[in-house]
Amino acid sequence: MPVDASDARPVLELERATKSFGAVRAIVDGTITLYRGEAHALVGENGAGKSTLVKILAGVHAPDSGDLRVDGIDVHFRGPADARDAGIAVIYQEPTLFPDLTVAENIFMGRQPVRAGRRIDRRAMNSAATEIFTRLGVVLDPDRQARGLSVADQQLVEIAKALSLNAQVLVMDEPTAALTNVEVDRLFGVVSTLRSHGAAVLFISHRLEEVFEACQRVTIMRDGAFVRTDPIEMLTVGDVITAMVGRKLDTMFPKTPSHPGDVVLEVRGLSRTGIFSDISFQVRRGELVSLAGLVGAGRSEVARAIFGIDHATAGSVTVDGKPLRLGDPLAAMAAGIALVPEDRRQQGLVMGLGIDRNVGLASLRRLRRRGLIPRSAERLLAEDWARRLQLKFARLTDTVSTLSGGNQQKVVLGKWLARDPRILIVDEPTRGIDVGTKAEVHRMLDDLTSQGIAVLMISSELPEVLGMSDRILVLREGRLVAEIGGSDATETSVMRAATGQEAA
Amino acid sequence: MTATLSPPRQGHTRFARAGFLMRVRELGIVLAIVLVFVAATSVNPAFARLDSVQQLLIGASIIALMGVGETMVILTRNYDLSIGSILGLSAYVIGMTFRAHPGTPIVLGFLIGIALGAAIGAINGWITTALRVPSLVVTLAMLYVIRGVDGVIVNGSIIGSDVVPRSFQAVGFATLFGIPWMAIIVVVVVAVAAYSLRSFRWARDLYAIGSSPEAADLAGIPAGRRVFTAFVVSGALAGLAGALFLALYAQIDVNGGTGYEFLVIAAVVVGGVAIFGGSGTVAGAALGAFLLNTINQALVATRISAFWNQAIAGALLLAAIAFDQWLKSRMTTKLQLEKGALREQSSD
Ligand SMILES: Nc1ncnc2c1ncn2[C@@H]1O[C@H](COP(=O)(O)OP(=O)(O)OP(=O)(O)O)[C@@H](O)[C@H]1O
Ligand SMILES: [Mg+2]
Repeated sequence: MPVDASDARPVLELERATKSFGAVRAIVDGTITLYRGEAHALVGENGAGKSTLVKILAGVHAPDSGDLRVDGIDVHFRGPADARDAGIAVIYQEPTLFPDLTVAENIFMGRQPVRAGRRIDRRAMNSAATEIFTRLGVVLDPDRQARGLSVADQQLVEIAKALSLNAQVLVMDEPTAALTNVEVDRLFGVVSTLRSHGAAVLFISHRLEEVFEACQRVTIMRDGAFVRTDPIEMLTVGDVITAMVGRKLDTMFPKTPSHPGDVVLEVRGLSRTGIFSDISFQVRRGELVSLAGLVGAGRSEVARAIFGIDHATAGSVTVDGKPLRLGDPLAAMAAGIALVPEDRRQQGLVMGLGIDRNVGLASLRRLRRRGLIPRSAERLLAEDWARRLQLKFARLTDTVSTLSGGNQQKVVLGKWLARDPRILIVDEPTRGIDVGTKAEVHRMLDDLTSQGIAVLMISSELPEVLGMSDRILVLREGRLVAEIGGSDATETSVMRAATGQEAA
Repeated sequence: MTATLSPPRQGHTRFARAGFLMRVRELGIVLAIVLVFVAATSVNPAFARLDSVQQLLIGASIIALMGVGETMVILTRNYDLSIGSILGLSAYVIGMTFRAHPGTPIVLGFLIGIALGAAIGAINGWITTALRVPSLVVTLAMLYVIRGVDGVIVNGSIIGSDVVPRSFQAVGFATLFGIPWMAIIVVVVVAVAAYSLRSFRWARDLYAIGSSPEAADLAGIPAGRRVFTAFVVSGALAGLAGALFLALYAQIDVNGGTGYEFLVIAAVVVGGVAIFGGSGTVAGAALGAFLLNTINQALVATRISAFWNQAIAGALLLAAIAFDQWLKSRMTTKLQLEKGALREQSSD
C-alpha cells in the first residue's frame, strides 16, 4: 500500500534544479519529490524538460544549480554509475543497447553473474534474463544479438535491465510508447509489485489514460519549470492538459467529411515470405486509409515493402495505374510516395545535422537552384514547418540530436510533409507527441486529404484510427482480415478482427 | 480481456546466436589457409616439409602476438599505430642491455621489453582518454616519435648476433616436440586472451564500449580506464614481440619493425575483428595473421614475385571489410525477420 506521504520521508527529492545547454535553458525549476511505495507521473509538452530532469536524476547531467537528495542526504552524482549505486534505475526515452552483444549481456552489462574466479556465468545470466522476461510475460531469446530488435523489443530489454537492478527508485521515460496493451498491463502489474515492496516509481507518458491508471500522484512541468504536484484523484484529464499547455485544448480533432477521387495507390497480392502475404487494397485521392492491427501483425512491413525499403517476394504496386518498380525507394519517391517511418531516430533523421538540413533532406530536388542548395531556401522551408508543427528549438541550425524526443518526431514528420507527396504513408504519426500537438497532427493529416493527397496511416492508437479514417484495413499475422468503413468502425469491431475473434 | 499467445515463427534461430557469425568467419579463414597450403604444396612439395611448416608458425607468431593487443584496442573503437615502432625500440633496448651487461639473465631481457612497451602504451592510453585526442592521431604521432628516439639512440650502430646471448636466440629457433617455442608462447598468450575476453566483466566492457560508446556511458562503464588498459596491453605485447623479434633475427637496426602496425591491423581485420569495434575475437585475429603469413610464404615457395604479396594482402583486407559489411547488413535483415519477443496479445 502506498505510504502516507505526509509523514513518510521522501526517498528522492530534486529541488529548484536548473540546467542549460549553451543558450538553451532546458530546466529552470526542476522540482520533484518521490516517496516509497508510490508511482509518480511526470507530464508536460514536448520539450518541457522531462527527459532532462530524468537525466539529472540518472547522473547523466549535473544540474547547474539546485539540490538533489536521496533519503534526505545531499548527493552529487559524478556519473550514471553513482546514481545506480544510490539505487536509482532509469529507462531512457531512447533505447541505449549494445547491438553486438546478446540480450542478456545488455541487461546485465557490468553486473554479470559470476562464478569462481570472477568469471562470467553465462548460464546463470541467461536464466536470470529469462526469468525477468517471464515476469513481463514475454518470451525473448536471451542469447540472441540485440542487433535487429524492433523498437518494442528494445524497449522490453530496457525494462528488463531496469528491473534487474532491484532499485529503490525506478525512473521510466516513456517506456510504453512502443508496447502493446498487454505488455503495458504487465508492466503496470510489475510496477505495482515493486511499489508494494517499497520502491518509488517515476513514470513519464504522453498517454494520460495510463497516467491515471497507474499513478497516485502527478507532477506537471511547463517550459522547463515545475507547475504543480497533486494527488491524481484531485485532477481530471482536462485539468492536467490545461496545466501542461497553459490553456484549454481540444484533444481530438473532428474529421471533416472527405470526397475520395480516383484510385492513386493500388496494391495487389503483395507478399513477403514469412512476414505477410497476399495483401491487396486501394487508396483514393483525398482518402485516409488506416492499417490497423496488433504490434507485430506486419503493418509496418507492408508499408516498407510498398516504399521499396524491403523486397516484396510477390505482388505489385501501381501508382495512377502505372506499375511501380518494387524494392527501389527512389522510384517510390519519384512516383510521389513519402514514408514517415516508425523508428524515427534510426531511420528518419541525420542526428548530426541541423534542423533545417533535416527538414530539407527529402526535398532537395525542389530546393535545388543551378545544382546547389541555397541555405535560405532550406531555412524558409524549415521555418514554415517548425511553426506548423509547434517545434520547440533554439536555432534552426542546431543539430537534431539536441531536440527532445517528441520534437525529433516532429522534424521527421515535417521532412516528409515538406516534400508535398501525393501519397503519404505515416507509421505511428503521433507516437511520443504531446496531447496539444497530437490534435495539430490530426488537423494536418485532414488538411492533406482535403487537398487531394492519399494517406495511408498505421497507428496503434485506436481513438486515432477511429477518428481519422475513411476506411480501416485490419491485418492479423500478416494477412488482411477485414475492411471496415470509417463510420461503421468501433473499438470492438476493429479489435475483434485484429485478434481473430470474429464470429464469421 | 482474453489473452492468446501468438504462434512463434520457426527457423532462423541459429542466425540470432551471437557466436554464429564469428564461427563461420573463423571457419572460412581455416579453409582459406588449407586451400593456400594445398595449392602451394602441389606446386612445390617442399612446402609441406617440417621445417617449412615450422617457418609458417614462426613467421605468423610475432604478428599474431601483436594482433592480440591490437584486437583489444580495436574492439573499443580505437587504433594503435605505434606497435611497429614499439617493437623496434624494445628489440633495440634489449640488445643494448645485453651489449652493456653481457651477463644479463634472458628473462630480464623479456621483462625489459614488456615494461618498455607497457610504459609507451600507458602514454598512448593516457593522452587518448584523459586529453580526449583521437587515438589514431595519438598513436600515429607516437609511431614517429619513437622512430626518432630510436634513431638517436641507435645512431647508426647495429646490434648483431655477437651481443645477443645464444640462450636468448634459442627462443627463436628451439622447438618442443617439433613445435617452435615462439609459436608455443604466442598460442598460450592467444589462448589466455581468448578465454579472458569471453569470461571477464572488464573484457566484456571493451566490446560494449566499441559497440555503442553512448550506451556504455549510460551503463556506467569506466570507458577511460578500460581503453587505457587496452593500450597498455597492446604496448606490452608489442614490447614482448620486440624481444621475440630480437631472439628470432639476432640483430636489429633502426628500421626493425617498420610497417608492422599495418600488417597487424590487416591480420586483425581479415580475422574478423570489426574495424569500428564491438565484435571480433583474438583467435580470429591470430588465424588472420597465420593466413597472411601462409600466403606470403606460399608465394616465395612457388617463386611468384614478392610484390604480389602486398597486393594480395591489400586485396584480402578490402575483401574482408567488404564481406563483413555485407554480412552485417544480411545479419541485420535476418535478425529483423526473426520474430523477437513472442508476445501475448489481447482484445481489449
Ligand atoms: N544536449 C542538449 N543540447 C541542447 N539542448 C538540449 C539538449 N538536451 C535537451 N535540450 C533541450 O532541452 C529542452 C528539454 O528537452 P527534454 O528532452 O527534456 O524534453 P521532454 O520534456 O523530455 O520532451 P519529450 O516529451 O518530447 O520527450 C528541449 O528544448 C531540448 O531541445
Ligand atoms: Mg523526453
